[in-house]
Amino acid sequence: MNFETIIGLEVHVELKTESKMFSPAPAHFGAEPNTNTNVIDLGYPGVLPVVNKTAVDWAMKAALALNCQITRHTKFDRKNYFYPDNPKAYQISQFDQPIGEHGWIEIEVKGEKKRIGITRLHMEEDAGKLTHTGNGHSLVDFNRQGTPLIEIVSEPDIRTADEAYAYLEKIKAIIQYTGVSDVRMEEGSLRCDANISLRPFGQDEFGTKTELKNLNSFNFVRKGIEHEQIRQEQVLLSGGIIEQETRRYDESTGKTLLMRIKEGSDDYRYFPEPDLVDIVIDDEWLERVRAEIPELPDARKARYVTELGMSSYDAMVLTLAKPISDFFEATVAAGADAKLASNWLMGEVSAYLNAEQKELEDTALTPEGLAGMIKLITDGTISSKIAKKVFKELIEKGGDANDIVKAKGLVQISDENTLREFVTAALDNNPQSIEDFKNGKDRAIGFLVGQIMKQTKGQANPPLLNKILLAEIAKR
Amino acid sequence: MAKMTKEEVIEVAHLARLAITDEEAEHFADQLEAITNAMELLNELDTENVEPTTHVLQMVNVLREDKSIPGLDRELMLKNVKEHEGGQVKVPTILE
Repeated sequence: MNFETIIGLEVHVELKTESKMFSPAPAHFGAEPNTNTNVIDLGYPGVLPVVNKTAVDWAMKAALALNCQITRHTKFDRKNYFYPDNPKAYQISQFDQPIGEHGWIEIEVKGEKKRIGITRLHMEEDAGKLTHTGNGHSLVDFNRQGTPLIEIVSEPDIRTADEAYAYLEKIKAIIQYTGVSDVRMEEGSLRCDANISLRPFGQDEFGTKTELKNLNSFNFVRKGIEHEQIRQEQVLLSGGIIEQETRRYDESTGKTLLMRIKEGSDDYRYFPEPDLVDIVIDDEWLERVRAEIPELPDARKARYVTELGMSSYDAMVLTLAKPISDFFEATVAAGADAKLASNWLMGEVSAYLNAEQKELEDTALTPEGLAGMIKLITDGTISSKIAKKVFKELIEKGGDANDIVKAKGLVQISDENTLREFVTAALDNNPQSIEDFKNGKDRAIGFLVGQIMKQTKGQANPPLLNKILLAEIAKR
Repeated sequence: MAKMTKEEVIEVAHLARLAITDEEAEHFADQLEAITNAMELLNELDTENVEPTTHVLQMVNVLREDKSIPGLDRELMLKNVKEHEGGQVKVPTILE
């Protein structure tokens, strides 16, 4: 690669307030089309918007969590544009005095830590949702119109698709921890656009950038950037020039396609919003919001490493999603071994959620249930293998691990005499294996263990079984 | 003195989606030039120690509690709409 890639990301996050940014209409995802509208959001004549205080608190909370400086005298501006997703023909946004500026977050890619700057975080309102039917008309649902949004603009500090991915994961985690948004990309409460340009290594000024839209998952962001990087490189190497344009990522081909060429900068004719007065944030307000910020992912991760002796990587994975991390803490609080709890959550639980496409809170598994099962593993009542059966029951139907084990007769056989009977029977039935073992074929042991596990329906205590088997075979 | 060209007027009219004729553009260019020239007079004032005015009212922090009320009745709302389908507003497709 002869070029360095420069990436900047714009992330939009919908705040999960009860009402909209400037009107009292409900701000909820998933309602029947056009049932959550209000004359203010629809821009009827003579209406007056009023700012939602919680939305300002939460924007400030997010800004602080992203290490931004809070603008003490902030205001709203009118961004003028005509598009059917917005009946007002302007969006109320923030132009030159955004609520937060000069923030940063730390990301980690392949063990390398890097700080990515955040240029600004501003408040605005969302637009309606357009569905293009493909036969010349589109359908508009204005439920989303006026939903409080924050836009987080990164510095052009990102250099690779992997860094972009890590940046998004971190932004999502931090916002999720603050509790101001659901940050669900599939519901549109987190959206991302990417600005990408290339420049020869060693050059200071940036090349012409393209803007990438329609990035509906973090994976598409990664793939879109990777593709756009290659496309721009090919254009430049063949002597062409990059046009300043908007491109969209096409999921079916994995390519980026031209949407439109930008001629000059967009002229939105911003001006201070005359319907809203300025907002002045004093120390008391700022400190009240700051005090509401809970422990953030980095702090939690550090605690898992120092207090629980977890590896840095495990701690990172476990703290990435707040529901999982909270569940982990509750499981440990319910008496489970931390190492086992983290292994189960990152292993079986996460595999189950992926396979079933479910969120943890939509399953029957409770921290107490998981802790109960882990306690049965640590005290030797069940083996890890049997635990998988118990786990399936717990996550699908819930209940108490102890009851499940008893009802299904899954208790591990740890009685030496009982185990010795199975071993003796297996040895009597498989003289060839004894012979093989004596001739140095260690595999014979594996075969015999398999036979005994089959006989005991997998309930033999594995270490104990091994011990007895070795002792008995030596006697033959 | 600032010069307002016909082209600038046509550009601004386009941004506001106003259809104007060439004659109108010329006419408005003259008028707008007179207006901007009058505004230029203000630049003669020394505003070194004056805070920029972002709002004519001196009030700040007019905020409301985050309480919701039910949305507009959809049937009523759709009465102000030219065409609709399945509760959604039907518009010509405009691709960005």
